[in-house]
Amino acid sequence: MSEIATPKFVRAPTLRRALEGTPWRRFVILAGFALAWELYARWLDNALLLPTLGATLSALWSAILSGELPSRALTSLRVLITGYALGVAVAAVLTTLAALSRWGNEALGLLTSMFNPLPAIALLPIALLWFGVGTPSLIFVIVHSVLWPVALACYGGFLAVPPTLQMAGRNLGLSGGRFVAEILVPAAFPQILSGLRIGWAFAWRTLIAAELVFGVSARSGGIGWFIYTSRAQLETASVFAGLLTVILIGLLVEGVIFRSLTRITVQRWGQVQP
Amino acid sequence: MNVAPRLTGVVGDAAVPTLLELDHVSISYPTPDGNLTAVEDVSFKIAAGERLVLLGPSGCGKSTLLRAVGGFLKPTAGEIRMDGRRIAAPGPDRMTVFQEFDQLLPWRTVLGNVRYALERGKSLPRREAEAIARRWLERVGLKNFVDAFPHTLSGGMKQRVAIARAFALEPALLLMDEPFAALDALTRRQMQDELLKLCEETGSTALFVTHGIDEAIRVGTRILALTPHPGRLAATFDVPPETRARGSSGFGELERRIQTTVFSTPEIGHV
Ligand SMILES: Nc1ncnc2c1ncn2[C@@H]1O[C@H](COP(=O)(O)OP(=O)(O)O)[C@@H](O)[C@H]1O
Ligand SMILES: [Mg+2]
Repeated sequence: MSEIATPKFVRAPTLRRALEGTPWRRFVILAGFALAWELYARWLDNALLLPTLGATLSALWSAILSGELPSRALTSLRVLITGYALGVAVAAVLTTLAALSRWGNEALGLLTSMFNPLPAIALLPIALLWFGVGTPSLIFVIVHSVLWPVALACYGGFLAVPPTLQMAGRNLGLSGGRFVAEILVPAAFPQILSGLRIGWAFAWRTLIAAELVFGVSARSGGIGWFIYTSRAQLETASVFAGLLTVILIGLLVEGVIFRSLTRITVQRWGQVQP
Repeated sequence: MNVAPRLTGVVGDAAVPTLLELDHVSISYPTPDGNLTAVEDVSFKIAAGERLVLLGPSGCGKSTLLRAVGGFLKPTAGEIRMDGRRIAAPGPDRMTVFQEFDQLLPWRTVLGNVRYALERGKSLPRREAEAIARRWLERVGLKNFVDAFPHTLSGGMKQRVAIARAFALEPALLLMDEPFAALDALTRRQMQDELLKLCEETGSTALFVTHGIDEAIRVGTRILALTPHPGRLAATFDVPPETRARGSSGFGELERRIQTTVFSTPEIGHV
């Protein structure tokens, strides 16, 4: 067939290009919010109810320097990642079965409609009965909080894969697990990615809530426990410092991990607009 | 030319073995209002080296038939045999080029798409698959686009990739479901000519589906016309090589003949 020539590219102006892709609008909004906090807290002048941003940051700084907050955060993250990985793995198995068989399909539909509306934290009493006070109970509720939204998103994504693309895959003789892994998963990746995001947010909030309800032992508690004990000691600035840490870790994961994952996958593949 | 009811296609040359045989094939879809018969009692054969065109208006069951040959759906009655064996599942011996542009894997580059097909469909090692993929992409004019992702290509270029992918696997039978229907008229003509050239150079056997009479004459060696609702064979036309040239007297005459005998019959209707 005849040769097709490559297209030519035109470059955008420099300033545009420098700002392009940076979240500069977000920084402006964030700065406005920080200013409002500081001013309102000063006007209120009640450190027990609302410490100033400055006091919160200095409490955060000293908690980081003392090593307490980092070790608390690490404890929380370790539990979180274990539970998250386990939840995603179980979701992967369930959705694969659902994609490959009618029984699996029905089972997944039934289980998700039963368990998805159930708040993970409501399972904590059961978890405590079964696993006792400790990390296994936390992991149990995190798995529950991750599993159903991720499974729902994956399966919804599988169902939305264009029939032509599926036929193109089966045309090559693909079937079973290979068809799921090499055709359905990448084709449904936009939905899977948003499922993973939602799952991450759910897991994070479930963990903090569970840690607040029972601090395990003071020695091994996570950020939730840090917030709880700070409140008990009426160190409100430290409570806010703990909350800030939760938010910062969340932002970091969203802004760095999920954003880069989106950029190198579905954006590059043209499955979502940048 | 043979007129309906005709149940068996004619194999042009008795010495050439039959590759594909449809034996009283009916296909229906279950719908909320009961079963919808899309194809009824269709029989024909394709001999090796032939390019058979299924011609008919939209909705007459062409895609349904092609999908059954591809192994993507099962006939409700009758049997489809390839080399004497009943078709049970899709396979790379029947590579399909679909009409839709989303038949390429969006997460693989142009080269990646063709290479992956060779790795999976023919179990070739990566390097060998890549070499063959490059050769075919060059042949369809996409040498400069091997590293592009499909979403950056025009519709015609996407179809070129799909064509390269299908030819690269050297299938016993090429299946094409209106691959140019969604392209503009100029691109479509060019692609028809280039496809014809590729088919003639490789001696491929093909089953080609279209609703355009001119396209059927251009690419086919034999044309089966279908009537709609449900799809049945209406007539067959042989296309002699000298008729294939656009603007030749044979081309225009055959076009008119198909038009009057098939598409102007009231029971069949217009495209
Ligand atoms: N998946 C399906 N379910 C129900 N009916 C279908 C389905 N696919 C096609 N049909 C119907 O079968 C008939 C033939 O369709 P199709 O084979 O796509 O025709 P063509 O390719 O010739 O346009 C049409 O009436 C169409 O509405
Ligand atoms: Mg069709």
